[in-house]
Amino acid sequence: MDSTQSFRFFNRGPSPVVRLVFFSALSLLLMFVDARFRYLESARSVVSVLITPIQRLTAMPAYLLDQIGDIFITQQAQRDLKSTNNQLQIQHQQDAAKLLQLQSSQLENQQLRTLSSLPLSPGYTAQLVEVVYAERDVFKRRVLISKGANAKMEMGQVVMDDKGIVGQITRVYPWLSEVTLITEKDRAVPVQVLRNGLRSIVFGAGDTSQLALRFMPESADIQVGDVLVTSGIDGVYPQGIPVAKVAKVERDPSYPFARIFCLPTAGVDQHRHLLVLAKPPKLPERPAEEPVTGEVDKRAKGRRRN
Amino acid sequence: MRTLNVQSKPEIQRPIRNAYIVITVLAALFLNGLPWSGIWLMLRPDFVALVLLYWCMHKPWRFGIGLSWAVGILADVADASLFGQHALAYTLLAFGGVVLNHRLKMFDLRQQTFQVFGIITLTYVVYALIHWQVNGFVVWGYFLGVLTSTLLWTPFNLMFHSMQQKRMSERVS
Repeated sequence: MDSTQSFRFFNRGPSPVVRLVFFSALSLLLMFVDARFRYLESARSVVSVLITPIQRLTAMPAYLLDQIGDIFITQQAQRDLKSTNNQLQIQHQQDAAKLLQLQSSQLENQQLRTLSSLPLSPGYTAQLVEVVYAERDVFKRRVLISKGANAKMEMGQVVMDDKGIVGQITRVYPWLSEVTLITEKDRAVPVQVLRNGLRSIVFGAGDTSQLALRFMPESADIQVGDVLVTSGIDGVYPQGIPVAKVAKVERDPSYPFARIFCLPTAGVDQHRHLLVLAKPPKLPERPAEEPVTGEVDKRAKGRRRN
Repeated sequence: MRTLNVQSKPEIQRPIRNAYIVITVLAALFLNGLPWSGIWLMLRPDFVALVLLYWCMHKPWRFGIGLSWAVGILADVADASLFGQHALAYTLLAFGGVVLNHRLKMFDLRQQTFQVFGIITLTYVVYALIHWQVNGFVVWGYFLGVLTSTLLWTPFNLMFHSMQQKRMSERVS
């Protein structure tokens, strides 16, 4: 049937230029609708059902390699296992001691809070999830995790690992959810310096696995090695979870703000298993403007345009 | 007769089944979806773009702008990019391929590579431009993919060509 093509004297259908214009216009329209109104999320889930098998397949090579590696456990690996086991046990004992202290201080804190009639700081339940695949787009810092709408994942839930905040759920598919990492460009997390309680907002750098504190005056009391924890302001992130450690502070008198670079404490690009925290209870509505529970990144965007 | 001018004498190619085209496109989506990371992600050639370009150049009546657009939508969902971002880029790519189809008879692979470089650059630029419009920044390392994609064009072409040849000889014997 191929060889008959050279005998086609008449064009079939519209010319390439017409098709180009039609499909370009269609794409532009789709993009406009998607970017402005987010009407297309359901269409996206439908198409994702088509593409999910391929995506599952792409995770296979790494999985198989893992399995094969498991079969060939060498003596070296065994020794490694033993030593990590020992380390973990020691760590566990230390942690247990700390946990006991924490429990007692938690009780004390609760009593004090009830005494001064403050609302109790809620405990957060967490769900264990697995990273299924990493983002394949150079521009984005995202991962996809193994639970989606089927496990009642919701947009805005906070994702962390054993050491600190990793990111936030930004899109929920039927069986997967998309987590935007805190290192994504202009992703903002409200933080506090653990040493002196200074409040600030930490932003993702995007192209590197770094974070930055912007708009801090030269005189701000921040030193290399300071730990930044979530401040709990805004009600999106729970309070007191480590986010980053200050790695470098540049104070240039010709520039109004200090340039402060931080590294995330969590292994943002490393682990396969993560915890998803349940959504914190809603704060009372913020008086004017936008609601308090609104996404933080929206504000970051606005800030950049100013 | 449309043939690839790698060989000195033109050869008759056996007709290509639709399933073959579908499989190559799916394979390209699979390759694009492998867990590339860090510098490898920047160096990753756009396999889907190469496959689409190949079919648009060699079988413009079978695989044209509309199908490329549809594959672009699939890529958009796979990459969680804006709906239509890949689609627009691949539409332009397919148009380039269909136009280039007419020149194919005159060019050998080396000359084709220059043309392909232009088309793929256009595709990447369009994608990055949209991203820049929406998100306000561009990662320049992204454009390394243009080079790797272009460099892959010749081996890719030869591979496809030899695959079709083999299938033909199997059938004859």
